[in-house]
Amino acid sequence: METIKLTIDNKVIEVAKGTTILKAAKGAGIHIPTLCYLHLHDLNIENKPAGCRICVVEVEGRRNLAPACVTDCAEGMVVNTHNIRVLNSRKTVLELILSDHPTDCLICAKNGNCELQTMAQEFGIRKLHYEGEQSTYREDTSPAIIRDIDKCIMCRRCEMMCNDVQTVGVLSAVNRGFMSVVAPAFERNLDHSECTYCGQCVAVCPTGALTEVDHTNAVIRALADPSKTVVVQTAPAVRVALGEEFGLEAGTIVTGKLAAALRRLGFNFVFDTDFAADLTIMEEGTELLDRLTRHLNGDKDVPLPILTSCCPGWVNFFEHQFPEMMDIPSTARSPQQMFGAIAKTYFAEKIGIKREDMVVVSIMPCLAKKFECQRDEFSTNGNPDVDFSISTRELAHLIKQSNINFNELPEEDFDHPMGESTGAAVIFGTTGGVIEAAVRTAYEVQTGKKLLKVDFEELRGMEYIRQATIDFDGLPINIGIAHGLGNARKLLQDIKDGKSKFHAIEIMACPGGCIGGGGQPLHHGDSSIIKARQKAIYLEDAGKTIRKSHENPYIVKLYEEFLGKPMSEKAHHLLHTHYFDKSNETVIE
Amino acid sequence: MSKYKMHVLVCGGTGCHASESDQLLEDLKTIVTEKGLDSEVQVIATGCFGFCEKGPIVKIMPDNTFYTQVTPADAREIVDEHLIKGRKINRLLYVDPENQEHIADSKHMGFYKKQLRIALRNCGFIDPENIDEYISRDGYEALAKCLTEMTPQQVIDEMKKSGLRGRGGGGFSTGLKWEITSKSVSDVKYVVCNADEGDPGAFMDRSILEGDPHSVIEAMAICGYCIGSSIGLVYIRAEYPLAIDRLKTAIAQAREYGLLGNNVLDTGFSFDLELRYGAGAFVCGEETALIHSMEGLRGEPTVKPPFPSVSGYYGKPTNVNNVETFANVPVIINKGADWFASIGSENSKGTKVFALAGKINNVGLIEVPMGTTLREVIYEIGGGIKDGKKFKAVQTGGPSGGCLTEKHLDSPIDYDNLIAAGSMMGSGGMIVMDEDDCMVSIAKFYLDFTVEESCGKCAPCRIGNKRLYEILDKLTQGKGTREDIDSLRNLSYVIKDTALCGLGQTSPNPVLSTIENFWDEYLEHVDEKKCRSGQCKALLQYIIEPENCVGCTACARNCPVNAISGERKGVHIIDQATCIKCGACLEKCKFNAVFIK
Amino acid sequence: MGQVKSLADLRKIKEDLQGKMSLRENSNNPESLVQIRVAMATCGIASGAKQVMEFFIEEFDKRNIQAVVTQTGCMGYCFAEPTIEVTLPGQAPVVFGYVDTKKADDIIEKYVKNGELVDGIIPVNYETIEKK
Repeated sequence: METIKLTIDNKVIEVAKGTTILKAAKGAGIHIPTLCYLHLHDLNIENKPAGCRICVVEVEGRRNLAPACVTDCAEGMVVNTHNIRVLNSRKTVLELILSDHPTDCLICAKNGNCELQTMAQEFGIRKLHYEGEQSTYREDTSPAIIRDIDKCIMCRRCEMMCNDVQTVGVLSAVNRGFMSVVAPAFERNLDHSECTYCGQCVAVCPTGALTEVDHTNAVIRALADPSKTVVVQTAPAVRVALGEEFGLEAGTIVTGKLAAALRRLGFNFVFDTDFAADLTIMEEGTELLDRLTRHLNGDKDVPLPILTSCCPGWVNFFEHQFPEMMDIPSTARSPQQMFGAIAKTYFAEKIGIKREDMVVVSIMPCLAKKFECQRDEFSTNGNPDVDFSISTRELAHLIKQSNINFNELPEEDFDHPMGESTGAAVIFGTTGGVIEAAVRTAYEVQTGKKLLKVDFEELRGMEYIRQATIDFDGLPINIGIAHGLGNARKLLQDIKDGKSKFHAIEIMACPGGCIGGGGQPLHHGDSSIIKARQKAIYLEDAGKTIRKSHENPYIVKLYEEFLGKPMSEKAHHLLHTHYFDKSNETVIE
Repeated sequence: MSKYKMHVLVCGGTGCHASESDQLLEDLKTIVTEKGLDSEVQVIATGCFGFCEKGPIVKIMPDNTFYTQVTPADAREIVDEHLIKGRKINRLLYVDPENQEHIADSKHMGFYKKQLRIALRNCGFIDPENIDEYISRDGYEALAKCLTEMTPQQVIDEMKKSGLRGRGGGGFSTGLKWEITSKSVSDVKYVVCNADEGDPGAFMDRSILEGDPHSVIEAMAICGYCIGSSIGLVYIRAEYPLAIDRLKTAIAQAREYGLLGNNVLDTGFSFDLELRYGAGAFVCGEETALIHSMEGLRGEPTVKPPFPSVSGYYGKPTNVNNVETFANVPVIINKGADWFASIGSENSKGTKVFALAGKINNVGLIEVPMGTTLREVIYEIGGGIKDGKKFKAVQTGGPSGGCLTEKHLDSPIDYDNLIAAGSMMGSGGMIVMDEDDCMVSIAKFYLDFTVEESCGKCAPCRIGNKRLYEILDKLTQGKGTREDIDSLRNLSYVIKDTALCGLGQTSPNPVLSTIENFWDEYLEHVDEKKCRSGQCKALLQYIIEPENCVGCTACARNCPVNAISGERKGVHIIDQATCIKCGACLEKCKFNAVFIK
Repeated sequence: MGQVKSLADLRKIKEDLQGKMSLRENSNNPESLVQIRVAMATCGIASGAKQVMEFFIEEFDKRNIQAVVTQTGCMGYCFAEPTIEVTLPGQAPVVFGYVDTKKADDIIEKYVKNGELVDGIIPVNYETIEKK
């Protein structure tokens, strides 16, 4: 490897050719502040438009200052990262950015969690020397995401996520000069765009420009209403991330404290979405085997591969972008919606209340779930199966507001019957988990044999597109996995072109899967956090006594008591759905 | 072929076009035919003569008669008097502003005397829509010579030796750029012509494309040969419809002649051209922004390196040159690098086209050898300042340049001298200001432009320029402080130091150069709340001179805000706090009692 | 027009156009060329000035002489029409009267080519044989 010697702040260092000044400095223990720059190393995502100009450094012999994030080191380069010229420039630029930014920090959704605010604090900004007009735009509220674009600092991270990673192509810079801003085409509202509500834009926004629609007050009101029975479900990825909001190390498993906290918040029944994940496997796994058998038996009207359908961002994506392929995904509803449907029928009957008197709240690592639970097809007579979906972050706020000392809570269990789950359900929270769970069940159902080893390491990892062939006792089943919608698009395109060799494909919209969801505690560019959450998910699975969905005793009981068998008419009615061609919804008026 | 005794050249440039030169052309043709002279007299439309101040221009050859401000109504007289009877029409001749003499022969016009037209060699001389006329002026010989007698490296060496530097403003060696692109290894490479001319008042690129499109096509093919590219793209702003039409016609003709397309001149070399339209964003003149715009992306610059020569259009090596740069190329090949290098100054060879504008007598397009002084350009070619006013400053380099003053008048114009003087060459805009111009307002004007044209990508340019503008506005409102001038300075230096692309890095130049050269005017605005040129309305004071006031009350009756008080037949007074400076009192006073301070 | 296949083809096009374009080219620096101005007012035209002018244009071309032929108004020598003014490079103009095509031929062969003066010079404002 060719190396280069250079001097940064009087330190002689040697780096590989092609290393940027920023990375070289970091390697030498020198912290150069950045704002627009974002590098999710483990996910291979990098945003470096060099637009904020905060990371400028002085390179001796160069006329102007150099942005460290995109300037490659050169042999013999002498770099100063904090002389007066650099410090003055940086501070002036930051003051400029602040001069075009609202100062309502105290009541901003990102208060205390804002990278711009942190930077202003670190730089010791006490006065803005350059004040003037502020660029203002109208606020845009969609079912899941709020765009308060007055707070946009044009870091373009959201744009990079939306276009390069997700290939959804909704967000891009519009207008010129002082009025430039990131927005959907023609400055339309998000709900008139092809937005999937995956929330990855929110996950990377350094300021309060992009935030989730906050439903915590609605939840508090429901909890305070004595006429309502409030049922809560919590998604698998929440338990490995919530601790971060309370200062715990990334990857800390807080399942027990989570259940305790929910109980203290006043929920009448503290259940687990994992229960519904096991149910999903029953339905989706059966559908997979059914389609597979019919296809292999020569029924060419039955398309393969089958695609998973648990991820609402992904559902929105193909409804907008691949409407001609709507017969390929599984018809199984997502765990959130299966939970809601069962809670407001089976469970409501069981405890003897009307569905109107039950409020189902979901805690999700996801923003698309907010949109999903509002879809018309998931309500009965105007009463939604899931009333409110709040994010991991919102739950943390709710706990803090309610004076609950999270870290001191005892470990508690979920309630029965819908709180019981298996290890297969837990791994729904990470990329590769849904398909691994499906394989665990499908294998045993198909072959009638017991799996000796339930860990399918070949399906795990962080690589964007993975594939493995699982031997179903002589029948090789080709499995594909993609996370990040841009990667999903590649697999879809292959199917469209007739090049796909897969029997089943798992797709999750967010890089990393739900653990990297748009509703999770903010990673602020540290992708090791997402890795740690993944590790915790598999740890939680390994610790479970039951690790196959079809062995969940309450699931077995549910079928016995209520549903009959997987894909029965009742199951179809409550647990399956259909998709809509939305490609025309965004036609230019 | 019939032999014409006379050629009537009618300017078909955009400026003259706007003044009905197309109608004039049609009328002349009709009348010539009507009189049976069509076999003797050829009437053609040419490109721009450069002397746009006095357009539409008609030039009659061979007697070199230069008619100015000709209207369609003059067509019959020109035919009857000049073409038939050989009598020049005095009233249409150019009048020397100094001695009021009518000048019949354009060679004797001050405007043309000092000019040396290389890039504009064919503008106003040939019919741009006729490839034959271009060929008759050695057209495509340079291409033929390169393809048949020279290796690409020899051509590149010749270009390097000529000392030609980029005419779009950067001033980078053209030969060197070609060499770097030629050495980039790739299956596909592109030649791009930057015709996104955006400096306020500059129109040399448009004129060349309108008046001599083949010179650019030929040069792009030569460049393609040198760098190993078979595809040329012209990025031209959609606001140049005439240039687009002429270019399209020229491309079609060149294809028909086999000078573009497969197997050019039977040498096995293939090259063709496509047009790409820009929407007129100033920043798209920056080559990386231009490339992104061509790719269908937002016209935003990216950090260099990588330079387009290495990674440009769709990631392929791309050689971007400006129109004027290309227009010089065929001449250099035909006449030799030594000839070209003999023109100009030490480090700036050849000529430069300037768009003269502002408070100057001869507004127009001129081409002079590098090293010509500002004085020669302004006073000899430009004919001096309008209405006998006093020269104050000249702004070169467009919004990225600076204002030069009296003390710079005798320094020779070239890339290095202009930078040393705090301005730059830019694409060749040259705006002359006189004593009536307020330099704070001038700086504000340019910042207004930059604020409008910033792409918004980097914070210092997006927000910093806006703040510069706001502070300047404050000064012109009479609300500025000394701290504001300090702020202007600091902000200017930071923007120059931190902005992403050339636009931002140079946008504070008009501010810094006016502060440097017109410090006293800035101080006046701040300390005395005074604008000596009277441009800053907020700083004006309307005062009644008691000695002249007869107390007629006309001013008081017409004041819309009742700011004027005084008894009938007594002296009136204007209350400055109430006055809105509308000027009604000045207009109504019959006794010259109201004046502006 | 067919395809241009070589430098020679290009030069051929250029040559073919030379006659047409030379008029414009030459008028850029007429001082270095032979200039002929033919008086082309009513009197001149009536006496055959048009034919004379055409003759000059064609013959210069045929005999490969670089010259500029222009028309001008009445020179005032209506008695001697057609009249022409010939200016050789670096010399003062000379006016000839009663120019027909034969005389024109003489002027080209003798005066233009060799500088020999021929009959018919109008002496008023201009240099004469005597003065020489």
